[in-house]
Amino acid sequence: MAAPAVLLLLAFLIVPVILGFVLSFTNARLISPEPTSFTGVDNFVRAFTADPTFFRSLLNTFAFAAVVVPVQAGFGLVLAILVNQKIRGAVAFRVVFFIPVVTSIVVVSILWKFMYQPDGLINSFIDSITFGAWQGTAWLNNPSTALTAIIVLSIWQAVGFHMLIWLSGLQTIPGELYEAARIDGAGSWRQFRDVTWPCLRPTRVFVLITITIAALGLFVQIDVMTQGGPVDSTSTLVYHAVRMGYRQQQIGYGSALSLVFFVLVLIVALVQRFLTRDKD
Amino acid sequence: MTVHPVERVLRRRQRLWIYLAMAGLAVFFLFPLVFMFVSSLKPDGQILSDVGGWRAFLPLGDISFRNYSGVFDRVPVGRFLLNSLFVTTVIVGAGLVINSMAGFAISRLRWTGRGVVLSIIIATLIVPFETIAVPMVYWVSQLPTLLLQNGQLVYDFGWLDSYEVQIVPFIANGFSVFLFAQYFSTIPTAIDEAARIDGAGWFTIYRKIAVPLSGPAFATVAILTFLPAWNQYLWPSMVVQDENLRPVMVGMQYFFQDNTAWGEIMAYTSMITLPVLVVFLAFQRAFVSSVAASGVKG
Repeated sequence: MAAPAVLLLLAFLIVPVILGFVLSFTNARLISPEPTSFTGVDNFVRAFTADPTFFRSLLNTFAFAAVVVPVQAGFGLVLAILVNQKIRGAVAFRVVFFIPVVTSIVVVSILWKFMYQPDGLINSFIDSITFGAWQGTAWLNNPSTALTAIIVLSIWQAVGFHMLIWLSGLQTIPGELYEAARIDGAGSWRQFRDVTWPCLRPTRVFVLITITIAALGLFVQIDVMTQGGPVDSTSTLVYHAVRMGYRQQQIGYGSALSLVFFVLVLIVALVQRFLTRDKD
Repeated sequence: MTVHPVERVLRRRQRLWIYLAMAGLAVFFLFPLVFMFVSSLKPDGQILSDVGGWRAFLPLGDISFRNYSGVFDRVPVGRFLLNSLFVTTVIVGAGLVINSMAGFAISRLRWTGRGVVLSIIIATLIVPFETIAVPMVYWVSQLPTLLLQNGQLVYDFGWLDSYEVQIVPFIANGFSVFLFAQYFSTIPTAIDEAARIDGAGWFTIYRKIAVPLSGPAFATVAILTFLPAWNQYLWPSMVVQDENLRPVMVGMQYFFQDNTAWGEIMAYTSMITLPVLVVFLAFQRAFVSSVAASGVKG
């Protein structure tokens, strides 16, 4: 009974993983007059020594993750604590905060690109709250602001998801613990630090790992909004892998770049195993 | 327990701050979408002139559905919607059957190799699709396919530009199998044994006992597989060139690239956002518990 699922996973997940590994060491092209041949580690040498865009993409990917992981996790936790209060309307707010998550990221990218136009909504808002003191900038056309602009909308879109994960963690904490802390005279901050935070440990690991893996895989926003520009300031690892592997049809080289991404994800997953191991 | 009057005042004040914070956040999360829906009803000139004030968020002035009919005149968006609907339905539907069967086999049946299969399925959970997208293009371009040509079945290679290339790779899902296996293992095995004694085969037990008892698991998997299937972008943008087979998300990107008419672009994005939003609001409780379930593995 497991056969259909196992066969499909084999054909469309395990074989592609192995194939990607093998292709990384070849000069395979999608359509090529010459036969594919093994080229050893040439693709990796090329990536790390002769492809400045790859290096820039790697840096951008790390920069994106370095901001998005803590901000999105922290913001998600704040939202979860707010909607976890026993007050009327909390459920309605939870629904509202989750709405961007069910909106397609392609839609979100197009919408925010429109709002980031030089004469768009964001700049006119900045203009009106600073009474014209600051006119804003062409956010996506400026190499020093483009990645930040993408970070903002990425968090806006995804944070509701992690709010819910945090929330389900918060709801597993028994109320008696807070009761006991209150009797011991602990204020809100002490209750958070000594009860909530330690109890959220498993949730915390899960949230951080899922955000990290998603952040390292940043692609759609780049493809729709900037195509990696201006001057590679928003090119990311996965975007570059797709650009080389598919658009320029260098399957071998693209596979090698994808493998670099996969190794990063594996490292993150191993860190997760390490972090969740020591508690039992 | 009586509450001291001072504390009650403090609590009320605290609640006021919480409401203010949540209202501010609600504005932050909603304003882009309100702007999108409102702009989709306005002519381009008015969208730009309204951007400087509150009118950007209000359906005032020259309001009409002209942008929507403009989209339909320009691209076969109805066809794109049907394509996405078809692809999504098959992925979700076939996925429910195949993954629940695998989950059943793993949690209820004893067979050699079960442990190996389970650990392989769990290992697949850490492979993000982006890592295999490029080799997968190469792979599907080599796969054999049967074609009907002049009334004859012929062999050909390459799955590019087809429905199957958008559907088949996404039916089996390790996480769905895992969720089903977890859910099925909560059904008491005594039921199986009684049914076995009555002469029921495993497939009958799956169909007549496990499936009817597992409504929540099916709902969770359906919700968790529906959104990514509907939102597919990277994969179809690589393997589907034929406009007749194009799903909505890719169709929208092409429309966006060839167009500067923001009113029509906003109409297009509104059109594909609204159905999902309605489904979400109708089933928000189920959505919320599904997402919570997806965090359980942590």
